[in-house]
Amino acid sequence: MQGLAGSLDSTTASPAFHYLEIRNIADGVLPDSHASVAVKEAVSRYTSLTHTTSIVLSIMFLLAGLLGFYRGYKSLSVDFPAREQVEKIVRFFLLASSTIAILVTLSIVLTLVIEALQFFKHVPLLDFLFGLKWSPQTAIRADQVGSSGAFGAIPLFAGTLLIACIAMLVAVPVGLFSAIYLSEYASPLVRAYVKPMLEILAGIPTVVYGFFAALTVAPFIVKASASIGLSASSESALAAGLVMGVMVIPFISSLSDDVINAVPASLRFGSLAMGATRSETIRKVILPAALPGIMGAILLAVSRAIGETMIVVMAAGLAANLTANPLESVTTVTAQIVTILVGDQAFDSPKTLSAFALGLTLFCVTLTLNFIALKIVRHYEERYD
Amino acid sequence: MIASNKKQVNKRKRAELRFRFYGVASLLAAISVLAVLLYTIVSSGYSAFFRTTLELHVQLDPEKMSISPPYTEDALRQGRYTSQVKQALYALFPDVTDRKQRRALGKLLSPGAELAVRDYLIKHPDSIGETVTLEVPVSSDYDQLYKEYLPRSGANIRFSEDQLQWYDHLLAVGLIHYRFNLQFLTGGDSRYPELAGIGGAVVGSFYALLVCFLLSFPLGIAAATYLEEFAGDTRLTRIIEANINNLAAIPSVIFGLMGLAIFLNIFGLPRSTPLVGGIVLSLMTLPTIIIATRASIRAVSPGIRQAALGMGASPVQVVFHHVLPVALPGTLTGTIIGLAQALGETAPLLMIGMVAFIVNIPATPMDASTALPVQIYLWAESAERGFVEKTSAAIMVIMAFLILMNLLAVVIRSRTQTKVE
Repeated sequence: MQGLAGSLDSTTASPAFHYLEIRNIADGVLPDSHASVAVKEAVSRYTSLTHTTSIVLSIMFLLAGLLGFYRGYKSLSVDFPAREQVEKIVRFFLLASSTIAILVTLSIVLTLVIEALQFFKHVPLLDFLFGLKWSPQTAIRADQVGSSGAFGAIPLFAGTLLIACIAMLVAVPVGLFSAIYLSEYASPLVRAYVKPMLEILAGIPTVVYGFFAALTVAPFIVKASASIGLSASSESALAAGLVMGVMVIPFISSLSDDVINAVPASLRFGSLAMGATRSETIRKVILPAALPGIMGAILLAVSRAIGETMIVVMAAGLAANLTANPLESVTTVTAQIVTILVGDQAFDSPKTLSAFALGLTLFCVTLTLNFIALKIVRHYEERYD
Repeated sequence: MIASNKKQVNKRKRAELRFRFYGVASLLAAISVLAVLLYTIVSSGYSAFFRTTLELHVQLDPEKMSISPPYTEDALRQGRYTSQVKQALYALFPDVTDRKQRRALGKLLSPGAELAVRDYLIKHPDSIGETVTLEVPVSSDYDQLYKEYLPRSGANIRFSEDQLQWYDHLLAVGLIHYRFNLQFLTGGDSRYPELAGIGGAVVGSFYALLVCFLLSFPLGIAAATYLEEFAGDTRLTRIIEANINNLAAIPSVIFGLMGLAIFLNIFGLPRSTPLVGGIVLSLMTLPTIIIATRASIRAVSPGIRQAALGMGASPVQVVFHHVLPVALPGTLTGTIIGLAQALGETAPLLMIGMVAFIVNIPATPMDASTALPVQIYLWAESAERGFVEKTSAAIMVIMAFLILMNLLAVVIRSRTQTKVE
């Protein structure tokens, strides 16, 4: 085995690569015709080892089974509380299942933090958070021109914010007024038909919105802005933002609907009894009372818009422009994560690791937004309980 | 005094009407966007369910197709059918003899034409040596021309004068047909739009959802049961609840990052497979199922619980024999809605590599595959005109599945409502 390792080291490839090659040949995935003698030896050794392992494993399983049977048989008696024993195990299983949620959260946090720390070894944290230039292409060869790799995430944050702002400009008025109309004016019949239609908007897969934005909305914006003498990029922030706004409408409308309905009827009746019109009641009494809940709904919608991926991947661009012009192409945090990680990647390059740093940022921001939103909504619920 | 009062009242009335109008306008805006979206998809996608074919008399000469007996399936797959298909096409235009001209004429046929001949032979091996009439697919450009997506004239014209003339001749003599495109529903992906199908993606999505269901359904029920029935108001319970709510709020792309780092790089599960896709999706579906199950467990009437306890059932027996069966419809409704969300998820599947170009239809969840939403993404990113209708049609298919799943959820819900009453 010592000699084997030595001859393997003589080549330049890593041990992991050799292990993969040996395993593939042993599994019959690769033909062994090109393999060197050392590799062939390793393959036969690998095969015999796996063979032994499987025999040992079967014997161990058999023994474990027999042992279990023996224990069960021995404890078989009239006063053995079998049901309690079984139920203890069942309860333990139930508890274990519910801790999966913690495990998932933990593994998300750990992967993001560990990989992001790796990234910050290559790129200082401050350069990442406050750098103005993003071009993750790093040089493959040392003498390559023009791909030094810059990881300043400000253009991405700005792009994300721009698109989310456009989305909110669409979604907040439309969603809020829809909710007001549905809860205050609409007859039960209208409500019964219109509400599910809004919910359809929430059920449409985001990839469909992305396609719609790229195929219909973006060309329309290019034409419309050309007709008033402006030039819009074919992958404008406006197209992605508008469509994302449509996607977010049902979140705002259904959450605000709940909040408005939760305002105590006494407030509404009091205002109406004083002679206020319905719109005055809504504007002066109900909306101020429901405002915290509506703010919570809007924050949830913002966090949704920031984390949305497919619409921006398909309709916003990949060029990291630092601009506030909605007709230009911008890129977002999520779009960059997808672009960096789709396809093959070397797992330890700063480029790949930067996706995890972006992911960590996204995770922190959305979590904070949700936390604040829930806090506001809870606080508000308590006020009227 | 009265006049100014009237003015004031009129002003308030107008404000009221204006306010109402804003509400109606927003609803109309939202619904009309939905209508435009659906109209765009359906109007640009329905044609993908049909394709243009050309009727040819193909001479199945074994020598020219370089096949020799015995005509087993394997032997037939090795054959070369291009020249015979081309000859059949040239035979329709005897006066086109120039090589350049013939090459231009040959552009009419899809690479699928020779496959059509091959598949015919595999089905009818005894017809070798005969001349048969076959309908073979035309290439994407002509398909799009027939469907009037490509212009016959103008700056970006893709056809020469001759090519248009030949095509018009074929149309006039009735050799060009417009048929239902079964291959779109059953076939795998292809570089050629006229041959591409969503069969592989549908199967991939099915396997991913199956894995997702098998993992998240039992786990979700178990977790919800614990939290509703057995957990006290301890610190652990509160942490678990907070985590479940957090999971529901995490952007999907982050689940993809986690799946890539943990399931692919640490556990070494096979890349691009529905297995890993299903595992990642199940983590996202879990909160939905847990929340729905908890709600339906809470809705179970206390009478059932007390009656079972009174008959001497243990707490675990009460839950498994009485509470969960009664709560099952609500749980199923939540599960179906969760799975419908999972069916539309794209970003996490991109992260774990389900974007590879895969022609074969996956046989097991361990085979590399795409999924329906990813296929939509892949086709949407394709530059070729022929893929636009395919993308829309694939969207129609995924929306059909979503509608079916939601209908199922509605049916289950309404059925149980009548039963309880």
